[in-house]
Amino acid sequence: MTRFKTPKLLITAAVVYGVIQALYSLGIINGYILHIINQSLIYVILAASLNLINGITGQFSLGHMGFAGIGAYVSGTLTTLIFKLNPSIPGSYLLFIVAILAGGLVAALVGFLIGFPSLRLKGDYLAIVTLGFGEIIRTVFNNIEYVGGPRGLLGIPKFSNFTVIFIVTFLSVAVIRNIIQSPHGRAMLSIRENELASELVGINTTRYKVLSFATGAFFAGIAGGLFAHLLQLAHPTQFGFSKSVEILIMIYAGGVGSLTGSIVAAFALTFLSEGLRLGIRALADATGLPIGGEWRMVIYALLLIFIMLFRNEGLMGTKESKVILIEEAD
Amino acid sequence: MGSIFNAQQIVNGLQVGSIYALIALGYTMVYGIVRLINFAHGDFYMIGAYAAYGAFYLFNASLGGKTGIVAFLVLAASMAASGAVALLANKLAYKPLRYKPKLSSLITAIGVSMFLEYFFSALPVIGPSYRSFPEIIPRTDITVGGAIISNYVVIDIAVAAILMVSLTLLVRKSSLGKAMRAVSQDKDAARLMGINVEKIISFTFLIGGAFAGAAGLLAGMTYPRIFPYMGIQPGLKAFIAAVLGGIGNIPGAVLGAYIMGLAETFASAYNSLIGEGISFAILILVLLIRPTGLLGEKTADKI
Repeated sequence: MTRFKTPKLLITAAVVYGVIQALYSLGIINGYILHIINQSLIYVILAASLNLINGITGQFSLGHMGFAGIGAYVSGTLTTLIFKLNPSIPGSYLLFIVAILAGGLVAALVGFLIGFPSLRLKGDYLAIVTLGFGEIIRTVFNNIEYVGGPRGLLGIPKFSNFTVIFIVTFLSVAVIRNIIQSPHGRAMLSIRENELASELVGINTTRYKVLSFATGAFFAGIAGGLFAHLLQLAHPTQFGFSKSVEILIMIYAGGVGSLTGSIVAAFALTFLSEGLRLGIRALADATGLPIGGEWRMVIYALLLIFIMLFRNEGLMGTKESKVILIEEAD
Repeated sequence: MGSIFNAQQIVNGLQVGSIYALIALGYTMVYGIVRLINFAHGDFYMIGAYAAYGAFYLFNASLGGKTGIVAFLVLAASMAASGAVALLANKLAYKPLRYKPKLSSLITAIGVSMFLEYFFSALPVIGPSYRSFPEIIPRTDITVGGAIISNYVVIDIAVAAILMVSLTLLVRKSSLGKAMRAVSQDKDAARLMGINVEKIISFTFLIGGAFAGAAGLLAGMTYPRIFPYMGIQPGLKAFIAAVLGGIGNIPGAVLGAYIMGLAETFASAYNSLIGEGISFAILILVLLIRPTGLLGEKTADKI
């Protein structure tokens, strides 16, 4: 039933794309704003894919940016060091797409390998193991001299433009949404609600947890690849623990299990983050006081605490993942 | 070069293990009582180190020369500061979520941890950069059987041992310890027996925080440098030590911490990358083979 909504979504997306593109060519949106919109769109993929793992399946992962790192490094290595691509070479976009997909697939494979043993663990233990894996992935990049080691992978060609990012983001969100609304998604949801009960009604919980984890890792890898080709570099510190927490804040601010919430929160927090960066710098310049960029993260941390204390259900609430349940009951 | 298992490495491993043990105790006690992985625990250790740094300059100016008294006051200050922050974190951030889903508290703990780290590096008086830690007690080295042992090694191990023995006595012998054990077994039953559960939880945070503070002082003296993010790595390692020993189990945390300290020292002597990764390798192995840890007890899912 829900499948018939897809054309409507497609039309909405096309309108949004057209409006932003028009505003940009009219000069109302400058390159800087467009760059932030691009970043927001990539964060949408990251938040939506983490929401699949965290919000829908209820498996608490703290290493999501590690998978983005794999995607960034794998695709960046392919385009920069192996294919030696350049956007001006005809047909290079095709190889770029291959590279991005390869990044996603490697991330999914690693997600599968990590998820298989560790998803037997529950709640907080899983959180620590995923955190550990995220850190190990970062350490590995830090130590591979071929991809630049601690200096990072530099000189990645700039393939990610607004059109590419928009299409990939739309496709990712649509796929994640369809997974959530499919029988597989409902199986994942049942694991979140009560793992023991879903096992008792015959759902292969381990299989669905690994499936959700690997799918989330795949899209995180895609997002990482887009990031690398937008910022034209991949650096180990981009994929650390605090970045994973930023994604976590997005899904909790938007509402656990709510894709709309993830989209809204990814945009809101990316713009907030840029706003704070500029605001803090302006304040420091105006007052002459030593106000550092760390205050941005202080505000982020407080935001996370306040969301948990006062609005546990997030901006959009848990409505979306509940609606599915009601539809099921009909 | 010789073997990596030489006397020097064993001494270093025991020293690192002592610091891990003090941190791990706080993790394990808090987990034992409220089933919360207190992510911010490593940051209590950082606060202890900064409190010690401040206290040293404060007391050394007025009591200059009396090394023993100054060292004791510095220890007291670091323990008091970390204990107070732990109490405050419990009261403001964890207590309101006590009976909400467990993950809410965990996420809040991540928030508290980030807040402390970035707040300290944002404060102009502290700042994000490294500070070298003063020599509170003059450092001397002696050579025993091919290993260089500084008096700091002795201090680290001795302070940790004294604190751990006093904690064991407190938990095993005092009525407060009995109440702590009761709360960790069954909160509701403990409440029915007239135990003030919230008070016991606060007390546990206070002790756990104070131990982390002492560890911060020892680490500051040993490595001699401090920075706002210094708690992240030792916090994680100590947590892994607590899991290795069986989280919630006090002797287990100490055992796990010494195993971790030794394993890490040996592995780093072999290869620095392996040294960095070994703790997580240990964690994953433990969780896969024996998730309850070395000394933990098995629990089954309740239906």
